[in-house]
Amino acid sequence: MLSRLAARALAGFGVVAGVVTLTFFLLRFAPGDPVEHLLGPAATADQLAAQRHALGLDRPIPVQYTAWVSRFVRGDWGISIAKGRPVRTVLGDAWPATLRLVGLSLLLSYALGIAIGAVQAHRRGSRTDTALSVITVTLFAVPGYWLGLMLVMVFTYWARVLPAFGAAGLDADYLTGWDRIVDGLRHLALPLATLTLIGVGGSARFVRGAMIDLGAQPFVTTAHAKGLSPFQVTGRHVLRNALTPVVTLLGLSLPALFSGAVFVEAVFAWPGVGRVLVEAVQARDYPVVMAATAVSAGLVVAGNLLADALAAWLDPRIGKQET
Amino acid sequence: MKRLLRDRRGAFGAVILAIVVGCAALAPFVTGGAPTAQGDIVATRFLAPLSTDGTGAFHPLGTDRFGRDVWTRLVYGARVSVGVGMLAVFISITLGVVVGALAGYARGPLALALLGITDFALAVPRVVLLLLLAALWRPSTALVVVVLGLTGWMSVARLVHGEVRALAARPFVEGAVALGARRLRVLARHILPNALTPVIVAAALGIGNAIMLEAGLSYLGLGVQPPTPSWGNMIASGRDVLVNAPWVATAPGVALVLVVVACTLLGDAVRDWSAPRS
Repeated sequence: MLSRLAARALAGFGVVAGVVTLTFFLLRFAPGDPVEHLLGPAATADQLAAQRHALGLDRPIPVQYTAWVSRFVRGDWGISIAKGRPVRTVLGDAWPATLRLVGLSLLLSYALGIAIGAVQAHRRGSRTDTALSVITVTLFAVPGYWLGLMLVMVFTYWARVLPAFGAAGLDADYLTGWDRIVDGLRHLALPLATLTLIGVGGSARFVRGAMIDLGAQPFVTTAHAKGLSPFQVTGRHVLRNALTPVVTLLGLSLPALFSGAVFVEAVFAWPGVGRVLVEAVQARDYPVVMAATAVSAGLVVAGNLLADALAAWLDPRIGKQET
Repeated sequence: MKRLLRDRRGAFGAVILAIVVGCAALAPFVTGGAPTAQGDIVATRFLAPLSTDGTGAFHPLGTDRFGRDVWTRLVYGARVSVGVGMLAVFISITLGVVVGALAGYARGPLALALLGITDFALAVPRVVLLLLLAALWRPSTALVVVVLGLTGWMSVARLVHGEVRALAARPFVEGAVALGARRLRVLARHILPNALTPVIVAAALGIGNAIMLEAGLSYLGLGVQPPTPSWGNMIASGRDVLVNAPWVATAPGVALVLVVVACTLLGDAVRDWSAPRS
């Protein structure tokens, strides 16, 4: 088991290295370069060349690549070309906002989704089931960024109760204690509602489907036959087994904790990593894109490993079957 | 087929999709002109739904900022959006099932290689890839289809992989192997049919997801390019006029939700129909 995990971890490291390398060269071959964005259209060719030389961008690409790798693994992530601040600071400033938003929404949407799906599967075919199905199917069908716009239209423009942009009000720095927390929560409300609502539909449908599939299995009949109450059968036997694929799904959404919900962040001008990433790609801010890519690739690999390990733990048949 | 339509969800999904596809196919007959036609911009822009402009033309869903008829653009946009979604999902489901099934059932280097490729593809941040690809080539409808297809198969592959591995440990598969069936036959006849349930659901959901991603790409300016209407770039163009002309963003969004709901319900009905339970 341990050696298998070590092998997977090693393979994961290879994956991250591959992704980073691919991104590095794709970035360099994409048209446009950061110096043009930095100096603007009025810069002369001499100025551009001088700036490129100062940033080391005139060296051969393989040399730049090895230089970047050797500095990155030593923890030196470089300085953002567009912002002039260290990349670690740029990402470090943006990450808490993304973690807060995406982490809360993942937690809420999976908790709600598992609860709703379990209720539906338990009372399959009832009116409650049908009504919840209509709701979850609709929620699943709503594109996040359109739902965001609609919520802004209703709660910001019509009802005028919630702010639509940013993570804090303009006066946030002058607020203290309770007022500041309320301000943060009010700004969090609409993006969080958007992400959670679009997540609930998917997870609830997934849990319901998995549980109903399991309902026809012999072990469920056995559980019924030995006299357990329907509630016990659903909670103890069906739900627990249905959680294996849910865990896989959750592991796959782990990287979003870092790379963020790009589209929803864009709608709400949420100052998270997703927005930093989009801006960096557009400005060809190489150091920022590379660092963000490396971290999210690492998280994807870690999420997969975690999902597999958890799935094997929840369903021992999966682990044993490996030769 | 009859049983499929007797299922209320299946019937609803089929009817909605039939209406949408029918309208898209017969676009010139159900609309009043070209989707890019604009008249006197000052006189005809931001007309509310159900209004008639100075020339007597009726606008059931109003007009946008260039005085273009929203209903007409919605119908022509259906051609683009639904087409993009279906083609992209066809590519990703095909790739995903092949890779996932082989990776789940084969042993040794092949399985490891396929899993490695899947993990690798999953680990490339999709948005970075989309942004870079869009920067390398000129954004176009075909590019959107290919990019969405090539970046959407990994979750299907992992689903199929997990399903196949779980099934391979089940007694009926051991039975088939014990009877001397060849490995490929066991995979194709015994394992895959039992693993297809989540794939059908994934395909149904995937079409919706692809349509939504097309919308997201258009929002960033990388999707279907204006003036060609797609539901995505229509929503994007309505974003700036949310206050004085909310219908511009609302109409394509509602259409999108309806189509995705229809796909999902039809997928559910197909699932219950192909694998009836007690």
